[in-house]
Amino acid sequence: MNLGYILLIPLIPLVVFLLLGIFNQRIKPAISGYIGVFGLLVSTILSCYAAYQYFFVHGKVNGVYQTFVEKTVWMNFSDTLHIDMGIFIDPISVMMLVVVSTVSLMVHIYSRGYMKGDDGYTKFFAFLSLFSFSMYGLVLATNLFQIYIFWELVGVSSYLLIGYYYTKESAVAAAKKAFIVTRFADLGFLIGILIMGYYTGTYDFETLNDPEGNAILNWASTSFMGLSVLTWGLILIFIGGAGKSAMFPLHIWLPDAMEGPTPVSALIHAATMVVAGVFLVARLFPMYYFIEDGFALNIVAFVGAFSALFAAIIAITQTDIKRVLAFSTMSQLGYMMLALGVSGYDGHEGLGYMASMFHLFTHAMFKALLFLGAGSVIHAVHSNYLKDMGGLRKYMPITNITFLIAALAISGVPPFAGFFSKDEILVAVYEHNKLLYFVGVFVAGLTAFYMFRIYFGIFWGKETKYEHKPHESPISMTFPLLFLALMSILGGFIPFSDFVTADKAGFEAHLNYPLAAVAVVVGLIGIVLAWVFYKKESDLADRLANFFGPLYQWTSDKFYFDAIYLFITKKILFKRVAAPIAWFDRNIVDGTMNLIGNSTVKTSEKIKGMQSGKVQDYAFAFMAGVVILAIVFVYLWAE
Amino acid sequence: MIPGISIYELLTVTSILFFIGVYGFITRKNLISILISVELILNASVINFVVINKYMYPDMLQGVLFSIFIIAVAAAETALAVSIIINLYRQINSVEVKDIETMKY
Repeated sequence: MNLGYILLIPLIPLVVFLLLGIFNQRIKPAISGYIGVFGLLVSTILSCYAAYQYFFVHGKVNGVYQTFVEKTVWMNFSDTLHIDMGIFIDPISVMMLVVVSTVSLMVHIYSRGYMKGDDGYTKFFAFLSLFSFSMYGLVLATNLFQIYIFWELVGVSSYLLIGYYYTKESAVAAAKKAFIVTRFADLGFLIGILIMGYYTGTYDFETLNDPEGNAILNWASTSFMGLSVLTWGLILIFIGGAGKSAMFPLHIWLPDAMEGPTPVSALIHAATMVVAGVFLVARLFPMYYFIEDGFALNIVAFVGAFSALFAAIIAITQTDIKRVLAFSTMSQLGYMMLALGVSGYDGHEGLGYMASMFHLFTHAMFKALLFLGAGSVIHAVHSNYLKDMGGLRKYMPITNITFLIAALAISGVPPFAGFFSKDEILVAVYEHNKLLYFVGVFVAGLTAFYMFRIYFGIFWGKETKYEHKPHESPISMTFPLLFLALMSILGGFIPFSDFVTADKAGFEAHLNYPLAAVAVVVGLIGIVLAWVFYKKESDLADRLANFFGPLYQWTSDKFYFDAIYLFITKKILFKRVAAPIAWFDRNIVDGTMNLIGNSTVKTSEKIKGMQSGKVQDYAFAFMAGVVILAIVFVYLWAE
Repeated sequence: MIPGISIYELLTVTSILFFIGVYGFITRKNLISILISVELILNASVINFVVINKYMYPDMLQGVLFSIFIIAVAAAETALAVSIIINLYRQINSVEVKDIETMKY
């Protein structure tokens, strides 16, 4: 398989980024928009071509999808330990290429309408291209260090784009929060990488993931605190992934990240960057599965299930539509983690893995659609809050229909995409752990409820008095909506189990009708409840909120997690740890240095009189020295 | 070669001359006196050249030639020094060392 053109996929956005970044002010906004879209269009075409070539022409040998690697040594440490740069082609990376390029292209097109007239139009497209480049690099990485480099790059682009409205204080704070929280998680990732490198002697995915390889067969050779060191390494790597994928308890940055422009939320905080954590676990899946009988994988499953439930509960009470979607994203990411966590490896056992990747794919489509739809609404009413919306279906028919499709898809109503992927996840969980299955079904119901709560709140319900009459968005914004709606309808019919599986061999997946029926019924109950509560204006919801009282307040304040983090950082870390250390630094460390400096100054002040500037004095000192040396050499050194 | 006088006596004389020069260089406050002292030091070394040449290598001439060379250079150097002093005198009406300390430190 020829890999040369795949290299172009990440490089084109990089070139676009440099072009737009360097000639920022000198390019007319209209042109820079076209440059950005065109670059991504080429990347998308190449990605689709690569996917076609891989999945249908060259990829399969003897019924198993092969891995193609093209790399060069970048840094050489020893014969076995070196850091490479290259591209890694296997089913999940090709699938991610398609997801990233499709969503990114749609967001680029959408941004041409959404960001119209913004001062930093060119800058915005430059950052989007930088992000696309980094994300492509991440999915194509051949080893842990390369993925780490691009991992940080997507973090930086996310930071830049969240803080895009840098004159707004809350946006700046949110950008910093996102960067610091994920950076903190990445510390775990880095330590995990170093542990892997130290104990297995390689960073290479191919070598690490080989089920017959050294790393997997000899996991028990070194242990630390009752677990294999490699398990510790995998847990630490998962912490990095949890930070990026906003898993509990590192989720606090994601809702705040909604301060960024809505296309950014759609691209980065819904469809692509936040699934990097899921992708990372999937990338190292054989290690997670085989080492210590999947101990680390169980942690992944429980963290995922808890995050899914936790976020879904919070999402019910939020009033900012983008925040509802953010918590929904977190909840769906929890689903993906859960599915990975309960997956096996061979054949049909690997259903969870396939379901997770399938859900990643469909979720990217319908969640990007939800965000873009929300962006279209925000564009029309200039507010993020549910109270400023209502009855918009008359004014924005296309947004209404596409949003409804996405909401049905995420609620798992057949035949939309979410139904298929969610069903596979629930089947996989059911086969593994009944408790987690009930959590999953409950979350599915909650998902349908909160999603239709905002759907009815936006498009139905009481009509708010609008200052300007809301109008449908321009074609550049509705085209991506329609395209993604199409994907949300058709995406579920892709036979994913033929293409993306843990052992790469593929298997026959069937719908499990009883379980599917349960999930659909629960989803429909959620929708009906939302319909009862929010379709018509009624005080039912308020009465219920009052009934739950403090519980409602807790959820609406996100279980006070932000407050807890603030308490820990400000009251404990800053006051008890950082302040004494700062005192020590300022007084002891700096004090020592100042003492040395001051005493030097004082001494030189005292002895500067010796530099009289008179040659005679110097001559005297010289002569005295000569005489003393003469005496020493002639009389004292004689014997 | 002066009969009856050994090399030690001559070298003693030049050493005395040298140290008189050094003493003068260090203690005098007048630029002209300092210049004279420097000349004394120079002459002490010139005499040393000649004496050592004559007493130790009587059939060679390098020392003598070198002393002539030094005298020539010393003349030029003295002329230069005197011209600097004259210029200085025109500027500040003094040839005392203490009056030209402004560039100290």
